[in-house]
Amino acid sequence: MQKVTCDTLVAKACELLENGTVDRVLGWKNGEFVYDVTPALFTTVDDIKSEFVFNDFCGANFSKYLIEETRKTESKVLVFLKPCDTYSFNQLLTEHRFDREKVYAVGIPCEGMADITKVKAAAGDGITAIKAEGENLVISTLYDDDKAVACADVLAERCVVCKSKKHVAYDELLGEDGDVIDSNRFDEVEKLEAMTEDERFAFWQNELSRCIRCNACRDVCPACTCEKCVFDNPESSVVNKAISDSFEEKMFHIIRAFHVAGRCTDCGECSRVCPQNIPLHLLNRKFIKDINSFYGEYQAGAEAGSRAPLVDYTTEDIEPTDAVLKGASDNA
Amino acid sequence: MQRIGVFVCWCGSNIAGTVDVQAVSDALQNEPGVVFSTNYQYMCSQAGQDIIKNAIAEHKLTGIVVCSCSPRMHEATFRKTAAAAGLNPYMVEIANIREQCSWVHKDMPTGTEKAIILGKAAVAKVNLNAPLKPGESPVTKRALVIGGGIAGIQTALDIAEAGFPVDIVEKKPTIGGKMAQLDKTFPTLDCAACILTPKMVDVAQNENIRIFSYSEVEEVGGFVGNFDVKIRKKARFVNEDICTGCGICTEKCPQKKVPNEFNLGMDNRRAIYIPFAQAVPKVATIDADYCTMLKTGKCGVCSKVCTAGAIDYTQKDEIIEEKYGAIVAATGFNPISMDKFDEYAYNQSKDVITSLEFERLTNAAGPSAGKLVRPSDGKHPHTIVFVQCVGSRCAACAEKGKEYCSKICCMYTAKHAMLTRDKYPDTDVYVFYIDVRTPGKAFDEFYRRAVEEYGVHYIKGMVGKVSPEGDKLMVQASDLLANKQLHIEADLVVLAAAIEPDKSARPLATQLTASMDTNDFFTEAHPKLRPVESPTAGVFLSGTCQGPKDIPETVSQASAAAAKVIGLLAKDKLTGNPCVAGSDELMCNGCSSCERVCPYGAITYVDKEFRMPDRTTRVRRVASVNEAVCQGCGACTVACPSGAMDLKGFATKQIIAEVDAICR
Repeated sequence: MQKVTCDTLVAKACELLENGTVDRVLGWKNGEFVYDVTPALFTTVDDIKSEFVFNDFCGANFSKYLIEETRKTESKVLVFLKPCDTYSFNQLLTEHRFDREKVYAVGIPCEGMADITKVKAAAGDGITAIKAEGENLVISTLYDDDKAVACADVLAERCVVCKSKKHVAYDELLGEDGDVIDSNRFDEVEKLEAMTEDERFAFWQNELSRCIRCNACRDVCPACTCEKCVFDNPESSVVNKAISDSFEEKMFHIIRAFHVAGRCTDCGECSRVCPQNIPLHLLNRKFIKDINSFYGEYQAGAEAGSRAPLVDYTTEDIEPTDAVLKGASDNA
Repeated sequence: MQRIGVFVCWCGSNIAGTVDVQAVSDALQNEPGVVFSTNYQYMCSQAGQDIIKNAIAEHKLTGIVVCSCSPRMHEATFRKTAAAAGLNPYMVEIANIREQCSWVHKDMPTGTEKAIILGKAAVAKVNLNAPLKPGESPVTKRALVIGGGIAGIQTALDIAEAGFPVDIVEKKPTIGGKMAQLDKTFPTLDCAACILTPKMVDVAQNENIRIFSYSEVEEVGGFVGNFDVKIRKKARFVNEDICTGCGICTEKCPQKKVPNEFNLGMDNRRAIYIPFAQAVPKVATIDADYCTMLKTGKCGVCSKVCTAGAIDYTQKDEIIEEKYGAIVAATGFNPISMDKFDEYAYNQSKDVITSLEFERLTNAAGPSAGKLVRPSDGKHPHTIVFVQCVGSRCAACAEKGKEYCSKICCMYTAKHAMLTRDKYPDTDVYVFYIDVRTPGKAFDEFYRRAVEEYGVHYIKGMVGKVSPEGDKLMVQASDLLANKQLHIEADLVVLAAAIEPDKSARPLATQLTASMDTNDFFTEAHPKLRPVESPTAGVFLSGTCQGPKDIPETVSQASAAAAKVIGLLAKDKLTGNPCVAGSDELMCNGCSSCERVCPYGAITYVDKEFRMPDRTTRVRRVASVNEAVCQGCGACTVACPSGAMDLKGFATKQIIAEVDAICR
């Protein structure tokens, strides 16, 4: 159950639209299924009142939408940002990807979003309705009686290991701000590090073999905002390297992980949108863990304009040879 | 399509001894774009260069590959050759089949195979080369010398004499360095102070020289001809312009228990001090670690006695920003710590001392006013044992000492032994050595005098153990020539400690992007032919920061470095490097990654209008490279997420083509 209700957001959106602060609103509306919530752009109070939704399936991170949205007009757009979204928001500001002046950002608290795969596993297929009641989700299906599952049991992985309930950027905050959490998000990475090289290779081969190169992970990623992606550019030597491997998907994901290294805020959108349920965030999280251990703790997006370790240089930086040795011993 | 000529050099037998040069030129003949391929004994000779020039004309070559030595050796040579034949010099690529091939392989088939691969890579690159034209940049006619020892002093004086302004940055309160601590200098035995201090005065009086004493280099930006340097002038709590150096404060300061580093801690100084009588600049410095006023706010004696009113307890560190055309590293050396050499009982007995401490003990301005006494009880020592190579030539114990020879110890030990015997004929002096190395003008004669005229006992062998017993030092050693163990009851043991580069050298090298060897000595651009230049353009090396040296050698190298600096500063313009970065604006995200990694500040951003496919225009932030400032390091090209940034002459495509050719 989210602490902030849909009504509160609708009221805020209507207020800002009516008083002229913004002329459009980035929000969520229902898709084909009830759990299939999709991002939408609203321009009228009527549309907002009839279609705007906010529930446990509003995982989409709107930060990246601001790049295109702020280019359209000179007026402001309203965006609702969950705590983790604000990190991407700041990271994009650091990279000068949108004009902050054209955005009105409202921070909203988040109790964690549900993972539909987990919901289906608990309640079965043919879901017709999902209602939040206290700490539970009550799920109606075609084939069975209504079933109540605890929200906590169906949380998305990224929310189970949530790194922050604190908003790092906003113009206005709805509800209380939270704190940065001492998350155990690197536990999964440590499990991978504990594997032998062969085991790890087999793990990734197995996961990535399901990839269908739909590009959803790249398209949703707030760090993947290049004017022209190297994978869409036949002139780039990178793309030729990827397809020269018999296992193209593997190269794609590894190259992508390198491209977002040091800029990835660990928002987890890549894994959320993956239709094949590949835990892509683990690749990025390994980079984050290594950067932390080589150069000291760094959270991309925590501060707009911060200098990430990979594009910064200090005389205390680890010597490259030591980094290689340290990396090798971490992955023993 | 390019028309490429391939020229394989034998380098006498240097390459041809391990590489089948005919096979290489035959194999490369069939590479895409190659229209001519040959080999010759010495491609860099006049005849060799003529082969290249003639082939360019005859075969209408648009690019050439020379398979020879390292590009650091002869790339410039072959570029000139190409230019003389009307070809753009940047259409030349070198395949290094000597250093990277014939010198590291032993058998002909392996060497030949690798040479062919390296040649193919170079051909693949030339196929994608484009003619480049270098720009020009101005030269700031001012030099920076880092370190104010005899090396820095000599370099600065020579540059200043040629008419260019020079700044010396010295981290201690005075210039003078190690030489100021020495007593007499071998082999002529003139007193160090007598020959050094006039030079220090010359520096102080030279209109072209500014001294930043008690200062350190904080930050170095820019590039050859245009360095931007930030210097931190540490607070000395004394106004340098007002202080007359009268020294009253240093006599009245109540804090008397500060170890005197100038005498290596063998006596004490005050919290406010002038390191030695001939210090330049002769101004007092307050040691903030010991000053009662600065620590507790109660005292102020120095301020009360200072008639000039120079004391300023509120003084802060000051940052000075200056532009320089050239930078000279003259950071010098230190004796290594004796802490790890327990066998010599250095930490157990005050009467085991290092040679530099011995130097202070025999110096008239030293803690014992030049009288050779035991530090423990002030008594006159009768039996003195000198141990050479303590930590030098120490291959087996690399964690304790150094693998290299410290070069100066043989001579100064001979000097110590001789002077001791001369002044105190009642002493017995022993010198233990591995070898005595005396290659230098009048050096061997000097050493022989110590042995033959002064009766110093030179014993080939090492000291195994020194154990303090009562007020004696029991020295256990081996005499390798007589093949017997020796036990000597000594009063004083002097250790010739190895020397190592000053600890400030490593971080400085990082700031200068100058390379160092594993011992933290600066690396020269070429060990024989460019010994006073760092591989980093505009950075020069003076004195022991480059390797162990005695004073005559240091001074010659210091003058050599000055000559190189003068040669640079005499130019009005420098020809730039055309291999600079450039951004493909259609792909640039304007994300600032490149700007953040650029060490030269060459990248700025502009808002530019772009026509979109739907006939609208869009204003986008894109990177713009200042080609006069860019040094072509390529950091931006790897930081760029979209691949918009690329380096002319080293484009990602070219490098990938080389890798592909190697992997083919």
